[in-house]
Amino acid sequence: MTTMNFAPNTTAVAARATQLSKVYGQGETQVVALDNVTVDFVQGQFTAIMGPSGSGKSTLMHCVAGLDTFSAGSVRIGETELGSLKDKQLTQLRRDKIGFIFQAFNLLPTLTALENITLPMDIAGRKADKQWLDKVIEMVGLSGRLSHRPTQLSGGQQQRVAVARALASKPEIIFGDEPTGNLDSRSGAEVLGFLRNSVRELGQTVVMVTHDPVAASYADRVIFLADGRIVDEIHRPTADGVLDRMKAFDAKGRTS
Amino acid sequence: MFRTALRNVLAHKARLIMTVLAVVLGVAFVSGTLVFTDSLGKALSSQSAKSYDNVAVSVTSYGSVREDDGKKSEPGISQQTFDKIAALDGVDSVAGRVQGFAGVADAKGKLIGNGWANSGSNFAPVKDGKDPRYDFTGGNGPVQPGQIALDKDTASKGDYQVGDKVRVATNGPVKEYTLAGVFTTEDGQVNAGGSLVLFEQRTAQKLYLQPGYYTELTIAAKPGAKADTLLSEVKPLVGENATAETGAALAERNAKDIEQGMSGMNQVLLAFAAIALFVGIFLIYNTFTMLVAQRTKELALLRAVGASRRQVKRSVLIEAFVVGVISSAIGMLAGVGLAIGLRSAMGSFGAKIPDGPLVIAPSTVLTALVIGIVVTMLAAWLPARRTAKIAPVAAMGSAHLPATAKSLVLRNSIGGALAVIGFAAIAAGAGMGSDGRVVIGFGAFFSLIGIIVLIPWLSRPFIAAVRPLLQRVFGVAGKLAAQNAVRNPRRTGVTAASLAIGLTLVTGLTVLGVTVGKAVDKMTTDVIKADYMVAMASGNSLDKSVLPALEKAPGVTAVSPQQAGYFKTGDDIYNAASGVNPKGIDQLLKMEVVSGSTASLADGKVAVADKTAKKAGLTVGKSFEAKFDDGKTERLTVGAVYKENEFLSPYVLDAKVLDRHLGGERAEIRQVFVATQGGESAANEQKIVDALGSNPAISVQDQTDIRNTFGGIINMMLNIMYGLLGMALLIAILGVVNTLAMSVFERQQEIGMLRAIGLDRARVKNMIRLEAVVISLFGAVIGVGLGTFLAWAIGQTIKNSIPDYALVIPFDRIGIFLLLAAVVGVLAAMWPARSAARLNMLTAIKTE
Repeated sequence: MTTMNFAPNTTAVAARATQLSKVYGQGETQVVALDNVTVDFVQGQFTAIMGPSGSGKSTLMHCVAGLDTFSAGSVRIGETELGSLKDKQLTQLRRDKIGFIFQAFNLLPTLTALENITLPMDIAGRKADKQWLDKVIEMVGLSGRLSHRPTQLSGGQQQRVAVARALASKPEIIFGDEPTGNLDSRSGAEVLGFLRNSVRELGQTVVMVTHDPVAASYADRVIFLADGRIVDEIHRPTADGVLDRMKAFDAKGRTS
Repeated sequence: MFRTALRNVLAHKARLIMTVLAVVLGVAFVSGTLVFTDSLGKALSSQSAKSYDNVAVSVTSYGSVREDDGKKSEPGISQQTFDKIAALDGVDSVAGRVQGFAGVADAKGKLIGNGWANSGSNFAPVKDGKDPRYDFTGGNGPVQPGQIALDKDTASKGDYQVGDKVRVATNGPVKEYTLAGVFTTEDGQVNAGGSLVLFEQRTAQKLYLQPGYYTELTIAAKPGAKADTLLSEVKPLVGENATAETGAALAERNAKDIEQGMSGMNQVLLAFAAIALFVGIFLIYNTFTMLVAQRTKELALLRAVGASRRQVKRSVLIEAFVVGVISSAIGMLAGVGLAIGLRSAMGSFGAKIPDGPLVIAPSTVLTALVIGIVVTMLAAWLPARRTAKIAPVAAMGSAHLPATAKSLVLRNSIGGALAVIGFAAIAAGAGMGSDGRVVIGFGAFFSLIGIIVLIPWLSRPFIAAVRPLLQRVFGVAGKLAAQNAVRNPRRTGVTAASLAIGLTLVTGLTVLGVTVGKAVDKMTTDVIKADYMVAMASGNSLDKSVLPALEKAPGVTAVSPQQAGYFKTGDDIYNAASGVNPKGIDQLLKMEVVSGSTASLADGKVAVADKTAKKAGLTVGKSFEAKFDDGKTERLTVGAVYKENEFLSPYVLDAKVLDRHLGGERAEIRQVFVATQGGESAANEQKIVDALGSNPAISVQDQTDIRNTFGGIINMMLNIMYGLLGMALLIAILGVVNTLAMSVFERQQEIGMLRAIGLDRARVKNMIRLEAVVISLFGAVIGVGLGTFLAWAIGQTIKNSIPDYALVIPFDRIGIFLLLAAVVGVLAAMWPARSAARLNMLTAIKTE
């Protein structure tokens, strides 16, 4: 079976940020969004990034995913160093090696579900791997809805299309930005289930930003950010464990 | 509410910019036209008033009139009448005038000026030896038979100094004169770029009338003498064939004529301004539709906190009002600038326009403002009305809802019905011959409106058709562009409609122009076998002396005049006749003989055009009574019936027959056709020019020249039309920019997502550009189609008056129009595409 090729390999690193800093503004109005962050995202692992609003969790994801520039440090996706890339190369990198899932689904309303799923490959001018595509579609349970347009789908179904789109091009790493933020809890659980399955069964690497402890509990590892720094991390988290940890930061933040 | 509206205007400055520009351009066209024509009219009438300043009374002759007894009256105002008037008590001085054509040759023997604007007159010194109409800047007025004076511009164009020999052609042969003086004058024709030659009085009389006669007298009054009193004294002296008027009355009449001429020009320009404004309505409509859609939440909030439907609606209309006021004011100012620009532009084309103040009438300002405001509010009215349907609960919605695609069924039915009525009327009109033009006009109106209503529906099949091509050539960017273009069919339709209107007119005019041009061209080559056509540049009659001159010229094999004549038949019907040379005519003009033979012309028989023969019941061998101009009657026998053509009158006979009945008048020779040994060549042409005494007033045209004359006129008219329609097309382009800017703005999130998942900047730009190209081409295709159809229909109505009419579709020009439409799309997308490519992905993909 092909799944064997994607068996978790705990030693390989899919993405790595080294002493990453991101500073907005200058002088008095300077805001440090990321402060010397070093983190590895291991292949075949599901990582959740958590932290209160303004902690820098989204910025970290954007920088690692090549969506935003950073002020200092370095980021690697696989073997590629992002800091030296021009916009065109970055775009190509995102296209070929990264998958995205957004909070607001962000599907093109003019395309059918299937066309949305294959969009990254269409952009790249590549033919979709039919077998793989069928597998992904089957996994997210969209087989009967492929010719529907996004407006004819529920929010949960739309996000499943988005998940399939991220998986379809076999990216090295998938980033999710609050992928369950706009979903009811049942649909959210489904989507998180798919993401976890993609890691467990397909060997996919997933990094997800969330503020929901239940969502984070689906991950293999949770890292906590506060004031632009990584302050903690849990492996094999539970929702309660994450919540407790969060509460602790919250309390600390308030007293300090 | 007013304050809210005002704030909204300020908040949406960027999105209103195209709307403002569209109104500014339309209003500028209107006010520019009004200011320009008012100023020009004022300058012209004050100039004409100035030229009548010293004229108390003016006497004008009607020329020789044939009395009932067949005798002719005097050719003009006699010297005796002149002397009698000069002897009147209140008369200070009298100046007599004769005038006619006079062409001046430059050093190379070519005519200075353009034929119809070359005139000659007499130098008429009054008591002090000066002619008050002319100010001499060098030399003196001509007082010897061999002397002339020239207007300053003509003298400098020919590089002539006082004392130089100048060759001048009048209707007779060319003569050489000595330049005695150079003058300036207020004469309108000279100011408009024409040339004027002044001769010594007797010479001028001999050239243009008859010694001792004048065509016009201008009478200056002594101080204290009243013009009206003088007029009553002059009137009994001038006789039947002349009229006397006071200078004041003349000036007034002139001013009225000028005003009338201006209003004609005004109407044409305003019609084009109306088209531009009409096109602008679409752009404004789109903008306000989008502003209302984007503000749904805001407007719902207003409703939620207690604003009534009317108040909400009014707030949008007030916004439109504010936009209208601002843009009309700018447009008004731009119009003044346009008028100034137009004046100097015309000046640089050689048409000298008299100086004068810029006339900005209060009515112009009012018209400009009212039109601008009304057009803006009218266009915003439908979108404003839609605000009433916004439910207060929409304020609570989390994100702005996607525009629900309202059914187009009702709209399509109405549009379809209108278009069907329109097309049926056009087709019916086309079948009605020349009476069908009004019907076609109605049909064109209905079908245009119908198409505009239907255009969102039409956009789907069009874009579905081009989509595979776009996808194949441009990949995913092409596919997305095609899909985006049909996303908001109403907006796409409205945008394309504005281009379609302009292109319907442009294509219609082009197809008609080219078709008529081709028909004339074919007619020329079909009928004229002669190598050269000789005619006066002024369009006047050639002198009889050119015929023997040409016959004697070396290498000339056949010569025939086309001499105009008239005779009456039966119940006083005037018939036009062409006098030709029977010996040469077969070599020079192709007369397609239906029956009989043109050889019979030599026997004094007449050839009759087929249509006329049918109407008059004439066949070969029949004869009829023809009463000629000199009152004599001759019995003419039909020797041939030929197929009607544009170059000959319906009756063709030997010029000698016409000559018999001239009664002492000059023969009216319109053209002379010449065939030469070996056909057209530079040497042969030179021989003809030499035979004519290198007369600058005579034009010698070969077949290409003849065809180019007609083609040139048609091309020039088309170019003027293109220029006038340019404003409407410009506004249509602004509409495309506007629509794309809106689309990019609305789809920020999508574009951000596409960038995130790997669509590079170049392809994002391509996607926007292609969308613009698709929309532009769609409008262009509709316009080209409708325009061609209309041209076909109008062509059917003029078919009968043009022999050999055949519709010519100028695929090359139409191809250029479509190409230009595509270029317009690319250009219009420049700014929106750039802003799409520069979009910040992060803000774009963040949810609200």
